[in-house]
Amino acid sequence: MTQPLAFRRILAVLVKEFTQLRRDRLTYAMMLLMPVVQLLLFGYAINNDPRHLPTIVYVQDQSAMARSVLAALDNSTYFRIIRVAHSQSDVEASIRQGEALFAVTIPADFTRRVVRHDHAQVLVEADAADPTAVGGAASLLAALPRTALARDLVGGAAWLPAADPFEVIVHRRFNPENITAFNVVPGLLGVILSLTLVLMTALSVTRERERGTMESLLATPVRPIEVMAGKLSPYVGVGLVQTLVILGVADLMFGVPMPDTAASWSALGVGVVLFIIGSLALGFLFSTLAQTQLQAMQMSFFYIMPSVLLSGFAFPFQGMPVWARDVGQLLPVTHFLRIVRGTVLKGETFADLTASLAALAAFLVAITSLAMLRYRTTLD
Amino acid sequence: MSLAIDVRHLNKTFGAKAVVQDVAISVEAGRICGFLGPNGSGKTTTLRMLCGLLRPDSGEGTCLGFDILRETDQIKRRTGYMTQRFSLYEDLSIEENLLFIARVYGLEHGRRRVSGAIEQLGLGPRRRQLAGELSGGWKQRLALAGCTLHGPKLLLLDEPTAGVDPKARRDFWDQIHALAAEGLTVLVSTHYMDEAERCHDIAYIFQGRLIARGSAEALVRDSRLITFRAEGEGAYRMAADLSRAPGVLMASPFGQALHVSGTDRSALETAIAPFRRTGVVWSEIAPTLEDVFIRLMGREGEAG
Repeated sequence: MTQPLAFRRILAVLVKEFTQLRRDRLTYAMMLLMPVVQLLLFGYAINNDPRHLPTIVYVQDQSAMARSVLAALDNSTYFRIIRVAHSQSDVEASIRQGEALFAVTIPADFTRRVVRHDHAQVLVEADAADPTAVGGAASLLAALPRTALARDLVGGAAWLPAADPFEVIVHRRFNPENITAFNVVPGLLGVILSLTLVLMTALSVTRERERGTMESLLATPVRPIEVMAGKLSPYVGVGLVQTLVILGVADLMFGVPMPDTAASWSALGVGVVLFIIGSLALGFLFSTLAQTQLQAMQMSFFYIMPSVLLSGFAFPFQGMPVWARDVGQLLPVTHFLRIVRGTVLKGETFADLTASLAALAAFLVAITSLAMLRYRTTLD
Repeated sequence: MSLAIDVRHLNKTFGAKAVVQDVAISVEAGRICGFLGPNGSGKTTTLRMLCGLLRPDSGEGTCLGFDILRETDQIKRRTGYMTQRFSLYEDLSIEENLLFIARVYGLEHGRRRVSGAIEQLGLGPRRRQLAGELSGGWKQRLALAGCTLHGPKLLLLDEPTAGVDPKARRDFWDQIHALAAEGLTVLVSTHYMDEAERCHDIAYIFQGRLIARGSAEALVRDSRLITFRAEGEGAYRMAADLSRAPGVLMASPFGQALHVSGTDRSALETAIAPFRRTGVVWSEIAPTLEDVFIRLMGREGEAG
């Protein structure tokens, strides 16, 4: 015969659970504080209709009309003119390196052609690697000619209402067909690597501590950097295999373009290695901070959330407010995504990616130093 | 005479709790020193400070001639530390655990030394068994093999035989004596009196302070404890009444018998007198080491 449910026994278990929960301060904090932090952080940061996108302008026609066109762009709130280019190659570099998402070129004969009704054109190049980032702004451009010159064309130069005074030519660069997978799949490489690698090493030292093997390990002459190097090395291999698998699937199943030059490949390779070691080092740092494996896991998850949401993976990086972009800059995934998308979609090489690669290297050095400071050679 | 351990004024506090206070220990090379004291008295902390696992708040001295504050690396290389809780990798086999240790210490001919150690300990048939699957006695043998593999000059053993059966305990102690005969110095903490008696000498620590030091015989003699034993029908039932009598420090049942101890012979005999009755035989016996330690604990407890 089975015993009837006893409320007192349920209560006994319940009280015990609460007592244990109260002891585990970090879990407690994570459960109450994290939802609030995440809600505020991501609620304000994420924006699916990004505005104020960085735009570079190349004006060869110094005229009132050209200025009116730029003013109209600026007033639309979708474009934020960051600077004036001084040459065509300057424009090219700016858009390739991701400094600007848009490049607006007003040719020298713009005013003359407008006045003569002779097919005046403004060229807008958009970095369409992330289709959602530039989608809203690009659609606005269709309406630009109708309104931009309204004030300039009163009186003598009044226009026939049927036709637009000029035409906006939009070049969607890097991903002309707006294929979302071209942006998402390379991004997934960064997210998947962070997700698995950080967790792997985050558990490594805490596991030794929980199982008591740390005491034996510390009694040997092994040095902290030796422990770290030994623990990280196998996972570097794991990360490289993961990278090859993901790139293979991206190429064969999603048709994502691959770097087309050896220079591009090697920039990607250096980025991958730096990112893998950096992620592993971060996991190792977590494992020196956490007392238990559960805490190490919580820390890893708390790192993964912004890595997905603030890095430019799930939502356009340029669409976020400045403070959120600053936070995003601290995340290695942000820089890694630029390297992967840059090499895969834009054929970038070391020259274009110096800043991102340097950021990954700096992250690696900083995290390793912190981990070494935190790693105790005694049980104190 | 050379001292393998020679430390003074060791102090360690965790938070507000002074775990070790002004402890001094010296152990001659090649001797086995038993480290005794109740739970929580600071034995483990002291052992950990000696092998560099914990940094003393203050103190001075040497282990194997190396400074315990500044030369912990040198000490670690030459010391084997066996933890109270099994601390080798349970998901590695016996052989893999020992190979790991051999590599961490950078031993020459690691594989051969590991094979030798496995044979010597009689672990041969189990070499590929995972350490986590071993029984307490085998785990203990493995742990000892692990902490002696690199040929240390000093062994620090923290309750190595807790939870191990008597046969395995005896084998273990035979091995400890064999190692000491080869010149190893051993500091071993234990709660077992029979083990304490197998040590060359004993250090007794209580509430973080070293309160007695010397051989088992000397400790018994110096305690000036007098013990009477009562045997016979219902002798053990007199414990409660006798322990309240003046002059009696301890009255504890030992099976059917009763041990009564005190330091003042006449007071003790006066206390016993009412309990001398037919069917109960009283005799004076030598106090045991356990009696001495319980006495020490009681006295220090009152003093503190």
